[in-house]
Amino acid sequence: MSGTPTTRDFKANASRAIANTQLTGNLKAVRQNFIDKRAKAVHALPEFEALRESGKEIKNHTLAHLDLYLEAYEKKVVETGGHVHFAADAAEARAIALDICRKVGAKTVTKGKSMITEEVGLNAYLEANGVIPVETDLGEYIIQLRGEAPSHIIAPAVHLNKNQIEGDFRRVHTHLDPGRDLTEKTSLLTEARGVLRESFLAADVGITGANFLIAETGTSVIVTNEGNGDLTQILPRVHIVFASIEKVVPTLEDASQILRLLARSATGQEMSVYTTFSTGPRRPGDPDGPEEYHVVILDNGRSAMLGGEFQDMLRCIRCAACMNHCPVYHQIGGHAYGWIYPGPMGAVLTPSLIGVDEAGHLPNASTFCGRCESVCPMKIPLPKMMRHWREREFERHLNPAVARHGLGFWAFFAKRPRLYALGARIAMKGMALLGRGKGSFKSLPGLSAWTKYRDFAVPEGETFQAKWARARKG
Amino acid sequence: MAAPIETPGAQTRPTVKSNPRVALFATCLVDTIRPTIGFAAAKLLEDAGCRVEVPRQTCCGQPAFNSGDRATTRALALQMIADFEGYDYIVVPSGSCGGMIKAHYPELFADDPNLAARAGRLAAKTFELVSFLTDVLGVTSVSARFEGDVTYHDSCSGLRELGIRNQPRRLLGTVEGLRLVEMKDADVCCGFGGTFAVKYGEISDKIVTEKAGNIEQTGAATLLAGDLGCLLNMAGKLSRRGAAVEVRHVAEVLAGMTDTPPIGKASPQARSRATAGSKEDPA
Ligand code: SF4
Repeated sequence: MSGTPTTRDFKANASRAIANTQLTGNLKAVRQNFIDKRAKAVHALPEFEALRESGKEIKNHTLAHLDLYLEAYEKKVVETGGHVHFAADAAEARAIALDICRKVGAKTVTKGKSMITEEVGLNAYLEANGVIPVETDLGEYIIQLRGEAPSHIIAPAVHLNKNQIEGDFRRVHTHLDPGRDLTEKTSLLTEARGVLRESFLAADVGITGANFLIAETGTSVIVTNEGNGDLTQILPRVHIVFASIEKVVPTLEDASQILRLLARSATGQEMSVYTTFSTGPRRPGDPDGPEEYHVVILDNGRSAMLGGEFQDMLRCIRCAACMNHCPVYHQIGGHAYGWIYPGPMGAVLTPSLIGVDEAGHLPNASTFCGRCESVCPMKIPLPKMMRHWREREFERHLNPAVARHGLGFWAFFAKRPRLYALGARIAMKGMALLGRGKGSFKSLPGLSAWTKYRDFAVPEGETFQAKWARARKG
Repeated sequence: MAAPIETPGAQTRPTVKSNPRVALFATCLVDTIRPTIGFAAAKLLEDAGCRVEVPRQTCCGQPAFNSGDRATTRALALQMIADFEGYDYIVVPSGSCGGMIKAHYPELFADDPNLAARAGRLAAKTFELVSFLTDVLGVTSVSARFEGDVTYHDSCSGLRELGIRNQPRRLLGTVEGLRLVEMKDADVCCGFGGTFAVKYGEISDKIVTEKAGNIEQTGAATLLAGDLGCLLNMAGKLSRRGAAVEVRHVAEVLAGMTDTPPIGKASPQARSRATAGSKEDPA
């Protein structure tokens, strides 16, 4: 993935998604589950609000001293025998990973779930350079088989249903018994595990993401529900962690605080099934672990967000609660957003990372209903930041001319109360005449974007201000 | 028409002046499309002992704000501040315009302490209508009558910016003859979102279609909400679907002012006048 964003085609992407009844059906089937589970988990933890506040403080503090904590983290990793590589952009990150793979003569790498590797388009790059990446997270494995990008940041294959996955497995796993039963979710998981077992053993390098980098100890932390992450990082000779600069937290205690928010907000679990801490390579006497331990820390536009109006976005812990509660995401799914980060968090982050010229639709395609912010465990003011993007677009005349002129026309009157009152009186009288005898317009010149989908109520005819003045004087 | 409001809590709240001078900001949508809501709001306020005035007004600036046009937003906010700051309270029959003034005006002037302070003072005394009645004036019941089942949609800004959820339901519970039937996902957006409804019409349509389905499923004859924007969107969709559900602003029912035909419906007289080919202005 990463590849070429299709964020500019957001509208067409969304249209296509809406027309795809298989997709919209799949999205609808899982939607409520995410919402209910989170609600239940949050409800069961009275201190959830207090935790949100402290999570926010931890991240704010870290971001205010990010350089120091990254340095401290790097120092610890080196002390424990690992290597830290800072990558300014996607190309650097890819090159670092390939270089490590080449040095150890790697032919295949296994991968745990990592959005950062998606962001930099690592799989395609490794493959083009003769290293075969194998995704080991079930969802990632499925979309890799299909040649698709993730449509969700924690459930990459959420846009697919069981039957589609069964079809893919039968299509690709031709060496298995055609009569086998694949109707259950568990049988799908078992089959994927069976296929992946060989990859785990054959891989020379294992790549995982990171939910946290702990400065105090030089530890990286991942949470998974399948245990694939553990096998990915323990079995191969080399473990590469892919992270971004904002993943660092000062202490183990800080990470545990935020972990309590993460699983509850994401899947409604108290804790993910596996929470794995890795610190450096295998030490003498350790029963297992990699011989080499590398951490690639990606910037890719994030440091430019520090100190600006988008800094708060760097608190994001990628729980996906915002998209799980987003009425727009619910209708169109993740692919329509055109790059790897969908939903409200993507609407803020994507323009920061690939430019608002490219991703201008995303912060506009929101009703500002505010549900995302209300569930965000890190209290990120998502609508406010989408609005900031709209301001940038407005300043730079990036929004459509029709919208600008419409707004300008309206603003001219709104700033002149007398003219406005007069204009409104005439216009409303006209509309009422036009709609005489009807309750609603089925179509209305100039408002066809509205009446294409819904009727428009005929105004009462007199403005409130005029009627009030008349009533109170008379 | 309707009986006056009982305000048992009002006297027990020392912070509220008796007979406060209240500026009613009708909002541009109510001003132009449905004045009835303005009159219903005025009636509720007057019944609760307020002196209601309607200063000259246009728009709070929200469309400009959400379109990223800060300069226009500031100009309109300044106009609002100048015209409304002299009153004890500013009351708005809309959670989203109320939220605009209350939650967003102060941040508009972050670079000017003097204006920020004025915006902050205006914000502090601005309230959405129903929450003003209940939370500030202590109104606990109305004596209006409305026969039938209604369902109530929580508009987003009112709910999430201003914390309005139980207040309208509590007052509706005291309307004689009225039964409140909750819809599924009452607190989920209707897909309006101001210019979103036209800029991303296809997505907006999908959202409001679901909302309409949830409304129809309650079997309620009437849909109520506190924001005319959302109401126009939902009424428009319900009408397009041929649903019989009648749509009104919650203030109309609380004030007992339900003589005006529901949003998007013609009055029987107007319809017959039109078919008779009368030249008379139906308004
Ligand atoms: S923005 Fe908030 S809700 Fe969305 S993924 Fe990030 S932390 Fe979770």
